[in-house]
Amino acid sequence: MSGGRVGLVAGIACAAAVVAGPFLPPWALFLVTIALGKGLVVLGLMLFLRAGLVSFGQALFYCLGAYAGGGIGRFFGISDIFLVLAAGGLVGGLVGWLLGFLLARYRAIFFGLLSLAMSMILYGVLVKNEALGSTDGFNVLHSTFLGWRPSNEWVRYATLLVALGTCAAAALLVERLLRTPLGRLLPALKDNEIRVEYMGASARRAIHVIYVVAAVLAGIGGALVGATVGHIDPEMAFWTMSGEFIFIAILAGTGSVLAPFLGAIVFGAIHTVAFDLSPNTWQMSLGIALLLVIVFLPEGVWSLFTRRRGA
Amino acid sequence: MDAILDARGLFKSFGAVSAAKDIHAAIARDSVVGLIGTNGAGKTTFINMITGFLKPDAGTIHFEGRDITGLEPRTIARLGICRSFQIPQLYNSLTVYENMMVGLGVMLQNAGRGGFLAGGTPHVPGFDAPAEAVADTLLGRFGLDAYRDRRAQILPGGVRKLLDIAMTMVAKPRVLLLDEPTSGVSAEEKFGIMDMVMAAVRAEGATVLFVEHDMEVVSRFSERVLAFYDGRVIADAPPEVALADPDVKRYVVGGELHRKDRGEAGRA
Repeated sequence: MSGGRVGLVAGIACAAAVVAGPFLPPWALFLVTIALGKGLVVLGLMLFLRAGLVSFGQALFYCLGAYAGGGIGRFFGISDIFLVLAAGGLVGGLVGWLLGFLLARYRAIFFGLLSLAMSMILYGVLVKNEALGSTDGFNVLHSTFLGWRPSNEWVRYATLLVALGTCAAAALLVERLLRTPLGRLLPALKDNEIRVEYMGASARRAIHVIYVVAAVLAGIGGALVGATVGHIDPEMAFWTMSGEFIFIAILAGTGSVLAPFLGAIVFGAIHTVAFDLSPNTWQMSLGIALLLVIVFLPEGVWSLFTRRRGA
Repeated sequence: MDAILDARGLFKSFGAVSAAKDIHAAIARDSVVGLIGTNGAGKTTFINMITGFLKPDAGTIHFEGRDITGLEPRTIARLGICRSFQIPQLYNSLTVYENMMVGLGVMLQNAGRGGFLAGGTPHVPGFDAPAEAVADTLLGRFGLDAYRDRRAQILPGGVRKLLDIAMTMVAKPRVLLLDEPTSGVSAEEKFGIMDMVMAAVRAEGATVLFVEHDMEVVSRFSERVLAFYDGRVIADAPPEVALADPDVKRYVVGGELHRKDRGEAGRA
């Protein structure tokens, strides 16, 4: 899918949401916004998957972003959604840049488990930290939009629009990144890293770059989810959260930069319906859904679109 | 002699096994040098030391007067010393064209072109053309047009060999090291591959060192032969002289003669 097509599809999805948004129930807007936030994290994870790496610790940056976004409200009284998202991305990116020096040296299971360990360290720190609400976390301020404070019935809609704009921009930027020489290097790293080095490229540098990009995306995603839910707690860094992102990534497939968002929406829908129908066995429903996708759509739900076009 | 590559007193051992014992070799610019020797004689160790995969225990390697001993493979590659592999090292999940584009992308990246903010179609250093055009030119030169959009994983052996070598050409190498360019290829294809490789190399201009076991290929394509035996260079001369050397006949070519003898005995 070319950059133009990505822009077109993203534009249509945004336009549809803008028009339909006011007529949808708040819970639907809420679900889509949360899905978009998680989709941002999965978009970063997709970069890793393209390079043949799996991070079991993206929840680290997701949680950091949420705490950064909520933190500027808690400590400085800043509630502007754009500043909240920027804080999330900035803190995520900064920590990602630092950790990247270590993580970019590792591959395969070592990369995965080391990233998991990092997220669990954050979890441990947050649980012990009274100033940040320990295990209870803390509430996030009611979002404002460039000085405008929408009423309760409009804040969901406004947040969704910001989320859509952010995700569309992120998808287009990642699409562009994938077309740069560095982006083209990712599948080569997956196939044959030694050859990459013999061609005069630094595999470590390429992985460090995508590590930071993924961290920024996860940070923004976390800040968005924190602002939408109105509450954050250390569970956002727990390893099951990272597992959920991998789950969505597999469900979605790596075929397009829009796939993570579709995957996250599908995941949210299955989760909600399954929980509604059978509160005690919703995990089983999700598991079965993933199993069906792996067996019948090994390239993820996104392949439903590419397949039809190929036929 | 104007030596582009100059190895002096190289030693390398793996535990008790010495793979290089005092190797000296000065390679003339724009020459074609055949490296011969039985398996384990030290040819690939020599290549691995030049390309930075192995660090010599002692000795120095100079490239155009610059000491490159022990530098990392990617640094040496950036200087213009590239290698192909005995077993082709391709990006199997990508197409032939994409394999070329990965390498060309690296060239753009190392030249500071084609970054995230770069617009238009930057030219690949040394080729004065955009990456897409260079990829197609090189594929044409190696006769790979027909395979352009096939995945590397499903290519026939000879084509894999050619692609592996074509991928080194994107860097405009000044020294090209070919590790057994015709191994695993049928006897009929051997000369075809070498003809094509040599024509492509001549078109781009590079010094070539190639490891080869087929003495016919060696005598036809090399201007000079380095014969390895037991980690040493036992002959360094034009092919007709080197291949006639008694030590070379005994330790290197000997295997070949022996096989011919057996063949005749079988027919008798």
